[in-house]
Amino acid sequence: MNVITHPALDVARIREDFPILTQSVRGKPLVYLDSAASAQKPRQVIDAMRDAMETQYANVHRGLHWMSERTTEAWEAARDAVARLINASSRDEVVFTRNSTEALNLVAYSYGRHILQPGQAVVISGMEHHSNIVPWQILRDERGIELRICPVTEAGELDMAALESLLADGKVGLVSITHMSNVLGSYTPAERIAQLAHAHGAKVMFDGSQAVVHRRVDVQAIDADFYAFTGHKLYGPTGIGVLWARREILEAMPPFLGGGDMISTVTYAKSTWAKVPHKFEAGTPAIIEGIGLEAAIRYVEAIGYEAIAAHEAALTDHALARLSTVKGLTIIGRAQDRGGVISFTMQGAHAHDVATLLDRQGIAVRAGHHCAEPLMQARGLDSTARASFGIYTMPEEIDALADALERVREFFA
Amino acid sequence: MFDDVRDLYQEVILDHGRKPRHGRRLAAFDASAKGDNPMCGDRVEVFLRREGDTISEVGFEARGCAISVASADLMAEVVAGRRATDARALFAEFREMARTGECPHCDTDEALARLQPLSGVHEYPSRVKCATLPWHALIAALEGGKEATSE
Repeated sequence: MNVITHPALDVARIREDFPILTQSVRGKPLVYLDSAASAQKPRQVIDAMRDAMETQYANVHRGLHWMSERTTEAWEAARDAVARLINASSRDEVVFTRNSTEALNLVAYSYGRHILQPGQAVVISGMEHHSNIVPWQILRDERGIELRICPVTEAGELDMAALESLLADGKVGLVSITHMSNVLGSYTPAERIAQLAHAHGAKVMFDGSQAVVHRRVDVQAIDADFYAFTGHKLYGPTGIGVLWARREILEAMPPFLGGGDMISTVTYAKSTWAKVPHKFEAGTPAIIEGIGLEAAIRYVEAIGYEAIAAHEAALTDHALARLSTVKGLTIIGRAQDRGGVISFTMQGAHAHDVATLLDRQGIAVRAGHHCAEPLMQARGLDSTARASFGIYTMPEEIDALADALERVREFFA
Repeated sequence: MFDDVRDLYQEVILDHGRKPRHGRRLAAFDASAKGDNPMCGDRVEVFLRREGDTISEVGFEARGCAISVASADLMAEVVAGRRATDARALFAEFREMARTGECPHCDTDEALARLQPLSGVHEYPSRVKCATLPWHALIAALEGGKEATSE
């Protein structure tokens, strides 16, 4: 057997970069297991944003002065960083948005209303976040574009045979599916989905909000047409997200929002659009947040996805084993290919009560429907608790969670 | 362990949360309304029978946490036999108690005293709505509405 060794991730060293992790909560050391909702920020990101505001801040793309030139360079460096991160063939394919939700809506509004035709269909999966459901429902109701739902198996994996049948009639114009479920932790087989979609004449988009945090994403290797993710889950700031799409698709799409920065010329009779990606970036962008995202990407790259993936795989295995020993606890989803997002229910205790009691022990988890109500309904659940891991998560924190859950169980017994 | 959460999860709440006495759809009812907290997924449907202006019986079906189920159950208990206007006034006082933890009339009002174990939610801003959701549904039912939210 070949043993492949990866550079180990030094968690203690990484934790020193995250000032917030030294906080106490309710008199207990913070155990932050809610990174899938939003990740904490390393000093490098905080400093980059503060430095930009303290030393060079001005608006981008319009000033002829030193400050604006420096800030424009820093902002455009963020585009380079994103292109590098996901292996885009061109930086011009990277459109900045506020978050993944806006990226998905941009596609639903621009591509969905102008390139897709009534009578065509969009396929999503049974484990989507509301952000990859609602824009398509709005499109369906407004434009007569059918919405098809690809089922998920009991284990929490995309039903590939069902996907193939949904594509069979050739009416599907777009397949838009999560690359990693925010509830079940399952990865979806992006390359196979893309292959299948393309074989049936459909374009394919991935919601990479969770996936890009945990493993290397290569949009060319996947052969994706669109890819969306957000900065704040990737150790960057809120307010900055990314839509990547193939250049020829972006060029064919009309603008989403109109305003400054996205035009070439404006007269009262007619305006013409700036080249991609600027055509999709109306108004002053989230400049400081873009600079923060660039720092976050450099931070993640310096650690390396191999080390991150190995660390999280070990944590996930440890968590699945440890949580399985807690009586009355049921883990929701058992996909083969899964990451560090684990939803569970506890017999006799509602998820909100579990979360409140964990909070009292300094442990932050999420409880609720995780913005994925249809998935919960399909499984007869109204809510679950969810623990999710990041690069700074330690195995000891998972032990603390398991021990705390034992106490919660006794409390409600 | 958990001594510090006993203010929130008092025995009365754990007991009524686990084994609600009024947690059923009434066989016959004059009004009903659903309560929905879209942020957390808690849902409750309240059914009531009236005799004139008096609420004679309340039942409910709930899907939610111990706090919301216990609150619905205690509510069903204390509003039975009350006039609708009294139930509204009771809710106003209860809501204030849930928000602030203060209950100036708990010494003199038996119904409020019964609800007092729920006052611990005031330390958990995200959980106040769990306690008030069934009341919102009750008020909606009294007013002939069908839906209420705790938003």
